[in-house]
Amino acid sequence: MTLQLHQVTKRFGNSLAVDHLSLIIPENEMFGFLGGNGAGKTTTFRMILGLLNPSGGSISWNEETISYEKSHLIGYLPEERGLYPKLKVKDQLVYLARLRGMDKKFALTQLDGWLERFNIPEYKEKKVEELSKGNQQKIQFISAVIHKPELLILDEPFSGLDPVNVEQLKKAVIDLKEQGTTIVFSSHRMEHVEELCEHLCILQIGRPVVQGKLKEIKRSFGKKNLRIHADFDVAHVKEVPGVVKYKHTGEGCELQIENESVAQRVFDTLHGKGFVRLFELEEPTLNDIFIEKAGASYE
Amino acid sequence: MNKFWIMLSHTYMNRLKSKSFLITTGVTLLLIIGLANFQTITEKFTGGEEGNGKEVAVIGDTDNLIAPLQNQLDRQEGSVKLTAFEGSKQEAEQAVQDEVYQAFVELKEENEIPSATFYANQIANTTLSNKIRDALQQLKVMIAADKADIEPAIFQQISSPVHFDTIALEENAMTEEELSEARGLVYVMLFVMYFAVLMYGNMIAMEVATEKSSRVMEILISSASPVAQMFAKIIGVALLGLSQLILFMVVGYQAVKMNQDALTGGIFEYFGLDNLKISLFVYLVVFFILGYLLYATLAAMLGSLVSRIEDAQQLIAPMTLVIVAAFMIAMFGLNAPDSGFVTVTSYIPFFTPMLMFLRVGMLDIPFWEVGLSIGILILTIIILAIIGARIYSGGVLMYGKSSSLKDIKAAMQLSKKE
Repeated sequence: MTLQLHQVTKRFGNSLAVDHLSLIIPENEMFGFLGGNGAGKTTTFRMILGLLNPSGGSISWNEETISYEKSHLIGYLPEERGLYPKLKVKDQLVYLARLRGMDKKFALTQLDGWLERFNIPEYKEKKVEELSKGNQQKIQFISAVIHKPELLILDEPFSGLDPVNVEQLKKAVIDLKEQGTTIVFSSHRMEHVEELCEHLCILQIGRPVVQGKLKEIKRSFGKKNLRIHADFDVAHVKEVPGVVKYKHTGEGCELQIENESVAQRVFDTLHGKGFVRLFELEEPTLNDIFIEKAGASYE
Repeated sequence: MNKFWIMLSHTYMNRLKSKSFLITTGVTLLLIIGLANFQTITEKFTGGEEGNGKEVAVIGDTDNLIAPLQNQLDRQEGSVKLTAFEGSKQEAEQAVQDEVYQAFVELKEENEIPSATFYANQIANTTLSNKIRDALQQLKVMIAADKADIEPAIFQQISSPVHFDTIALEENAMTEEELSEARGLVYVMLFVMYFAVLMYGNMIAMEVATEKSSRVMEILISSASPVAQMFAKIIGVALLGLSQLILFMVVGYQAVKMNQDALTGGIFEYFGLDNLKISLFVYLVVFFILGYLLYATLAAMLGSLVSRIEDAQQLIAPMTLVIVAAFMIAMFGLNAPDSGFVTVTSYIPFFTPMLMFLRVGMLDIPFWEVGLSIGILILTIIILAIIGARIYSGGVLMYGKSSSLKDIKAAMQLSKKE
């Protein structure tokens, strides 16, 4: 039950949207896709779903190509949200669920469960156009998961939601993963990916620039963050070899250093100067990695 | 259940429940019932006048003229009753203004030749004045003939219309009577075809454009193949149209049946609906279905290129123009079905449904000609369906600022299998 992408390439005319992307997403995994706008995330998803044919390479789910016969195994939340504005929530979801091969009665019971879970059972008989954006998004999410897919593709699932709803949706996504769903999702919110994913891939103009397990990526990135709070001026630490970035803060400074050993040297320069209230060595955030690896083209 | 049927029934039910459909159907039903009861309704309105309202006062040289004039008027249908008015012209005017009489006529006689002036409150409606004028005209001719000593028998010969018959020599050609019947029938059928294709074609384009502009399309095409969706829509709307037409026919038939007495003759005889030929009916069904499929495929294809629903009308405008053109040529062809222009255009697939039907209905043409045109039409539909399916698959993924026919190429490329 693995999703495999092998040397997948997509060309639109002369521009290259996805360039030789190879991925293996194991079963029951939450896989994060990162990338700026136009990095090729949506195109990749559309190719996985079979909406677009790759110009080169191959994609397989469970060692078979994904076709419409398998659409009941797959759930999709597109980036561009859309539902029938004039249809009632109930009719809408039942129709979409039936298109995913679901029985009408079963769809209705599932639907009630989901509406209950998102605290919106009163919207069942309402037209979608009468709902707020956030609630429409919840309905859209239900339409992607109501048929209990084995593979769930979420394109920017949390964009445009308030923090409470983001938490609700995150919880739902984690539950689905625990029930055995393989989930691929994209975001440009690093903290979501950091929180949810074990594996990730950063795309930049169609090319994967970073790929692998979150922990390993962080470890292999090498650079660390160092936070210092002190009662005296610490500006001189930026002269220490191995300090990449220096940022002055109210209580001291924040540094990015090349590796752990630099921290020792920084600590030595502080020694005896006065009272150091905080000296903390931190793992790099995904944000740092993203900016470092994919940032060049967005700056 | 098969996804195709789910989508088909969704399209059907969704459209059936839509306000615009219900309103159109309701209005059309009212029209049908109204038309069937037309004679009864008009009689209700005019009935009151016919009793005493048609009474017309006559003043002036009434003695010699009023009796023969009344005699002439009685020969016309819906006869007018004349009454000699005792009193002056002013009094007569007053009587008409008070609506005691509908109008009054002042008769004069010079050298035994009559003349008259017609007075009424309104002279916009010329029915009454024309009747009296015609009667007076005949009376004048009679008096003049009498003065010239022409024998009544000879006068009869002069005034009766000439016999002029036209007979077609070709064995299977239609007689004049049949032709005029066929013309009426073909006329009605062309109208039905024109409206149906225009309306249902529009419906399909709108259906596709709605799904696309609301962006629900991306979920749909990840669930079921765009080609299946396209044909589910086309057939769903076709079934809807069929149910609508059947409803109209049943209601129409019932309405006609209830008013059978009033309607024998009248409109229906004019349109030749009372002796519909089976072969023509079969041709109608065949051309109707093929014409619908052709334009519906085109409409679905065009609808898939639209990003915003506002652009849908603009994009299907060329298609509408072709339908209108076909209808115009057909209207022209009603009076000259054997002209070269009609013959040639009846083989152009976009015109075939109307024009070949017109020719079949009005001329006796060999079966191979009809067969050939149907063949071309079916071939075009198949080609269009294949291309349309490709464009649809690509078009539904395209969102751009402008929607134009140029997008066809881009859509083809997007759906290309490499």
